[in-house]
Order: sequence, then structure tokens, then C-alpha cells
Amino acid sequence: MAEIFLEDVTKTFSINGVLLSVLDGVTVQVEEGEFVSLIGPSGCGKSTLFNIICGLTTPDRGRVLLCGQDNVPAGEVVSYMPQKDLLMPWRTVLDNVILARRAGGRERAAVQSEARELMPLFGLTGFENSYPAELSGGMRQRAALMRTVLARRRVLLLDEPLGALDAITRTRMQQWLLKVWNNFRQAVFFVTHDIDEAIFLSDRVYVLTTRPARVCLHLPVSLPRPRRAALLTDPSFLALKKEIMHALQVQ
Amino acid sequence: MSRLNRAGGPVNMGGRLWPALFCLLAFFLAWEAGVRLLAIKPYILPAPSQVLDTFGDMLPLLIRHSQSTLLEAVTGLAAAVGVALVLAALMDLHPWIRQGIYPLLVVSQTVPIISIAPLFIIWFGYGILPKVVVVALVCFFPVVVNLVEGMQSADCDMVNLLRVMGYSRWQVIRLVRFPSALPSFFAGLKIAGTYSVMGAVIGEWLGAVSGLGVFMTRATHAYQLDRVFAAIFIIILVSLLIYAVIEMLARLAMPWYYNERRND
Repeated sequence: MAEIFLEDVTKTFSINGVLLSVLDGVTVQVEEGEFVSLIGPSGCGKSTLFNIICGLTTPDRGRVLLCGQDNVPAGEVVSYMPQKDLLMPWRTVLDNVILARRAGGRERAAVQSEARELMPLFGLTGFENSYPAELSGGMRQRAALMRTVLARRRVLLLDEPLGALDAITRTRMQQWLLKVWNNFRQAVFFVTHDIDEAIFLSDRVYVLTTRPARVCLHLPVSLPRPRRAALLTDPSFLALKKEIMHALQVQ
Repeated sequence: MSRLNRAGGPVNMGGRLWPALFCLLAFFLAWEAGVRLLAIKPYILPAPSQVLDTFGDMLPLLIRHSQSTLLEAVTGLAAAVGVALVLAALMDLHPWIRQGIYPLLVVSQTVPIISIAPLFIIWFGYGILPKVVVVALVCFFPVVVNLVEGMQSADCDMVNLLRVMGYSRWQVIRLVRFPSALPSFFAGLKIAGTYSVMGAVIGEWLGAVSGLGVFMTRATHAYQLDRVFAAIFIIILVSLLIYAVIEMLARLAMPWYYNERRND
């Protein structure tokens, strides 16, 4: 049974009377423990798709099943990390990262000590009592990811989590992200517009067309894990990249 | 407002204070010179030096009266904040409630306080209550307006994120909306704080046994203008005190806000 199963999801927005078709019959699924990427041109509706999974937007047509059911509150299955880190400036790093975990009404002290143990993995040791404004961009992203992971849900929805980072930090963060994923074994549904990133991280890649978005390619990535930076220039990697570029018609 | 907030440490403050002190001194010198040169009678306009003398002589009495006025101002301010918090939370729960209450708030500010204040004496007697009501009426508007605007300015993505996490509407208000509104809440509170003493004095004018308003009324009726000005002087001091306390509370409540400003 798939963790997330979207079938034939269609969404049209009406903006000032102008109809804007965003999603056109999108079918995707994420299995237990999988790393799945969703790639497509900017503004093609990737974030809308995530909002639909989270229940923030209702689709005009199609089915959304979480753990095989269509009526579970999204928050019980998925943990969402939007593009913006959305750390609360008035809370310390420690109080920010426990936010999702505390949603169920868990005791603060217990969740805090749970978070403290994970600080080294997220590279935030020593910053527990800092405010988000005192952190670098990379650290803020790690804190936001920590908040998402710490929710301990079956699926992480990551919306371009590394998009705002510079190329060097980004490559390092990708490796680190795989380490985190390995550690917690939650399924990841990952939105990106970076082809290398999608292949490097994923078990499977969905490629979307420009608006209205449809799935134009579904590509399994059978490259061996653990993945190293050298893979980026491997012929098998480049073959996959070529296939995606062809689908996106950016050659 | 931002200039005031940016005044960080005491060194910074001192640097900013000098021009103001200089102008104030020049103003008092001109006043003193004018009164002496034109030989203006003290019951028309007393010289600052005479006001200062009177202030020194009357200090114990002035302090006693200020205590009642300060008590009324602070109680009224606290009541205004309480009402503002409840109203703002209600207005945030549903747009319908906001659209219903907001115009009433605006209308409430167009009612001339000075003309309804005597009614409070009829309804609530000569004790502290009518003064507190006047202060609360004067003060709650800037607080509630700033609070509502601040809560509206909360990041909707943050609100959505918390809703997805499974937080209830009320928890979202507590966790996101109120904290986001803190900076503008304190901006409103500073305005309200400076109004509060004035509100208390107006309340006392209409009938009270003690307070700076009573002191001023008696002095005016006796043409003791030096005493009136001495009272004005202490009203300014009390208002500044309230302002300073609010500024201090703001710094305690939002260390993150002042940190960010320093980093900018």
C-alpha cells in the first residue's frame, strides 16, 4: 500500500475571473521509505500539488489517498517543509524544531531532550538557544528540516528545501540529506527544479510539464547507494539526465 | 517609531537626547525672558523659575496626588489591554466578527469622551471606577487597532504550516498571531500609555477627592497658574515614566525583535 497515492488530480484556479489550469490529471505515488522527486519548470504547480496532499487546497477532480485512506488528516501522515523555512523569529532554535513534534500535545521537556540528542546530526549543536535571525541560511534550512523530521511522520514533503542555498552548500546538504533520510527511514517526496539533484537523491523521479502540469516522464533511478559526488559524472547518471532533459525539452 | 526603537544602548540615547535638551532649555529661557521683560502677571503666565519654586514647595502634595492619578492610569491601561486582547482574538477567529466589531470600534472613538465622562460619575460614583473607565476608553483603541493589524500581518504560510501540523485555530492564534503582533502591539501600547495619564486627569476634573486633575481644577479656580504648570510638569514626568516602563516591557517580551534590529 502506497503512503501517498494521487490519482488523476486536476486543479484550476480562478484569479480575477481568469481561469488558470494548474494541474491536469496528475497521478503519482510514494511507497514506504522511498525517496521520490518531482521535477518540473518553475511555476508548474509543484507547490499546489503539495498543498493538495496537505489538504490546504482541494482538487477539482481526482483522488488523494494517504496510507490507502481518503479521510485521514494529512498532518498524521505527512510532515511538510515549505520553500520558506518559516522558523518563528520569536522562538529559539530548540523551541522551533520541537514545534511539529509538540502538535500532538506531547510534553515539552521530553520533546526538548529528544531534540537535543539530534542537534549534532543537524549541525546545530551550540545554537539551541539562538534565535533564527542569528543563523546562516544553511543552518536555518537544517533547523527547518529538523522540525520536519522530528514530527516523526511516515512521509516528508520537502518543497525545494535547498533551493535558496549557494551551489557549494547545496551539494554538501544533498549528501547530508541522504544521511538524514538513511537515519530515519521516512519516505521523502521531494520537489526540485534541479535535474542533478533529483537524480542524485532519488529512487524515482517524476517529471512534470509546464502549466497545466502533467506527468510526462516517470523514471526509476537504479543507481547504487550510498551515492557519492563522483556519481554526478558517471555515464549511467548522465544517461538519466539526458532522458529528463529530453522530457523537459531544455536541450 | 522605528527611530525610537533603534535607540539601543545608553550611549546612543545620550547622543540623541542632547539636541532635545538644548531646545527645551532654549524654550524655557525664552519663556523666562518674555515674562520678565513684558512684566506679565503671575496669574496670567508664571515664569518657569516661579513654577520650579512652586514645584519644589508642593512636591509632597503633588506626589500624593500623582499616586492616585498613576493608579487610575495604570489600572485603566491594564483594563484597556485586557479588553483589546479579547476583542482582537475574537476578531481573528472569523472575518464576520471582525467586520461586525471593527466599525463599532471606530465609532466609539468619535464619541467625545469629555461629554460622556460626566455620565460615568452618575453611573459609577466619585471613586476610582469612572476614571478607570475613561482611561480604558481612551487607551483601548490604539492597542486593539495595532493588535488586530499585527495579527493580520502574521505570515499565512506559517499559519497554514501549523494547521497542517495539527494545531487548532486557537493554538495558532497563541503560537503565531499574537507573537507576530507583538511589535505593533507595543507600538500601540506606547501611544495608549501617553494618553492614559491625560485620560485619568480628565476623569478627575469631573469630580474626585484626590489626583492631579483635582489639584489642577482647584489651582485654576484660584488663579494659581504656577501650581497648574507644576501639575503639568509632573503629568509629563508620570507619562514619560509609563512610556519608559512600556519600552522596558517590550524589550523583555521581544528580545528577538531588538536583536534583529541590532543585526540590521
